Amino acid sequence: MIEALKELGEHISDSCADMVKSFHVSHGELTLVAERDSILRLSKFLKDDNQCVFETLIDICGVDYPERSQRFEVVYHFLSMRLNQRIRIKVFTDEAAAVPSLTGLHPSADWFEREAFDMYGIRFAGHPDMRRLLTDYGFEGYPLRKDFPLTGYTEVRYDDLEKRVVNEPVTLVQEYRNFDFLSPWEGMTKELPGDEKAESEADNG
Amino acid sequence: MADSAYISASDDDRKFTLNFGPQHPAAHGVLRMIMDLDGEVVERIDSHVGLLHRGTEKLLEYKTYLQGLPYFDRLDYVAPMNQEHAWCLAIERLLGIEVPRRAKFIRVLYSEIGRILSHMLNITTQAMDCGALAPITWGFEEREVLMGFYERASGSRMHSAYFRPGGVHQDLPPDLLDDISYFCSRFPDAIAHIEGLITENRIFKQRNVDIGVVDEKMIMEWGFSGVMVRGSGLAWDLRRSQPYEIYDEIPGEVFKVVVGNNGDNYDRYVCRMEEMLVSNDIMKWCIENMPEGEVLLAGSKVSPPRRGDMKRSMEALIHHFKLYTEGFHVPEGEVYACVEAPKGEFGVYLVSDGTNRPYRAKIRAPGYPHLAAMDHLCKGHMLADVSAILGSLDIVFGEIDR
Repeated sequence: MIEALKELGEHISDSCADMVKSFHVSHGELTLVAERDSILRLSKFLKDDNQCVFETLIDICGVDYPERSQRFEVVYHFLSMRLNQRIRIKVFTDEAAAVPSLTGLHPSADWFEREAFDMYGIRFAGHPDMRRLLTDYGFEGYPLRKDFPLTGYTEVRYDDLEKRVVNEPVTLVQEYRNFDFLSPWEGMTKELPGDEKAESEADNG
Repeated sequence: MADSAYISASDDDRKFTLNFGPQHPAAHGVLRMIMDLDGEVVERIDSHVGLLHRGTEKLLEYKTYLQGLPYFDRLDYVAPMNQEHAWCLAIERLLGIEVPRRAKFIRVLYSEIGRILSHMLNITTQAMDCGALAPITWGFEEREVLMGFYERASGSRMHSAYFRPGGVHQDLPPDLLDDISYFCSRFPDAIAHIEGLITENRIFKQRNVDIGVVDEKMIMEWGFSGVMVRGSGLAWDLRRSQPYEIYDEIPGEVFKVVVGNNGDNYDRYVCRMEEMLVSNDIMKWCIENMPEGEVLLAGSKVSPPRRGDMKRSMEALIHHFKLYTEGFHVPEGEVYACVEAPKGEFGVYLVSDGTNRPYRAKIRAPGYPHLAAMDHLCKGHMLADVSAILGSLDIVFGEIDR
């Protein structure tokens, strides 16, 4: 199983050497990292090649890594029902650079790309109808970005005087409790308590 | 047919735009469709979804893995445990743990109950969309019994949070299996009754035969899965082709993959009917072959200690506290786990950064690409076919809007 996936990965990276950056197999899944601008050509190859036949686009989603210069990963999952195999393709992008749209090749990419745009603000070049999909009419911001707060910026309520729904800045009765379990207690530093004394003594002496 | 209709400013009197929903009984929840019509013929459908968007994926990033689990009950709330299953499989694959054998049987048993729950709701509401009001009352009687089984296993009729990473939460109470077994023995009769109402019904056939035909090209292009694929004659079922749990052990005469012929609404209805009977057989097989043993991985960091141990052992008490506050840490990595949910392929793409919370969890709902194809499916059909096609797609907004 894993050998077959490795062979498939080698086959693809040999045939499309200019489009594939690297590939690896982990947890029984094949992942390819591809060049952003060649994703359309690559998925065309994956669809037509008789060792791949990835005809079904299962999913497109974004992942946000704010610390990277290319902060977004766009992750594509493909399935081949004929050969019963799956593949994951990743490309990197940022807020400005557009990823070529797959809508011409896989019509199902339409909504997946709209969702990725809605949630992360990832641009897709050549998408015929790029509008927000899941968020409210008139919503601003990209909610799944890591720098977007969980509570959001606005809240809605029905105003009985104005007889309409109004948007207001969010007010929290209680601070959102975000527990940090990664450090055993707050304010822990690298040096042990008391060590700073030894250092200052060494400086003096 | 719709809440409001108005004639748009157009030279052609026959063209107009119609708002369908978002509060329409045939919209299966909160779907708003803006339909461009030429007389009674649909030219274009613009679906507006997201009215039930709750930000599940964002919430999951702020919860521990165990706290995130109940959100999956609230996706496709018609068959809750099937969703939990994909989440658990994803976590288990990253952790590299193996579920006890009895838990696998219980999971399969309850996944099949979920399948019957979902199909039963779908076929009866589809019949209702086509004007038959009786089947839903008959179908819901059976659903009620099945939800009783949910409650007896998990304590909750719908939002069960029963499947956990490492197994299932509690073992089944003693006489539950006998009662499910009794249900299985009389369920085919109940199906036969409902079938007598719908299958040969002239109106139902007129509304569904040759409507919403899906061919192989469309399946591939639009990312269909589940009954939408099998209704067109492709024997594609993840339980068979990429088996998980114990589906590969179930003999072929018990678990048959049901396929249709024509790929129209009616074939999908027949597939769902047959699949319920197959699910019933799988449930029977699971009960007959159910092994004894643990149901939750004992002695691991992902499962709570026994109550009795907590009374005597300090370590167990600490473990219990840490598990339900901090939760367990999942090794770094990414995985895509999917199950054959009643509506099709339900997948979870999970990215872990090694902490106690997911870095990213993407939910791939089967209904999402199905609804995306609505415009393509309905083009050229009559207005009245829209609700029949929508019913046949098996749409639940909990999973589409997330």
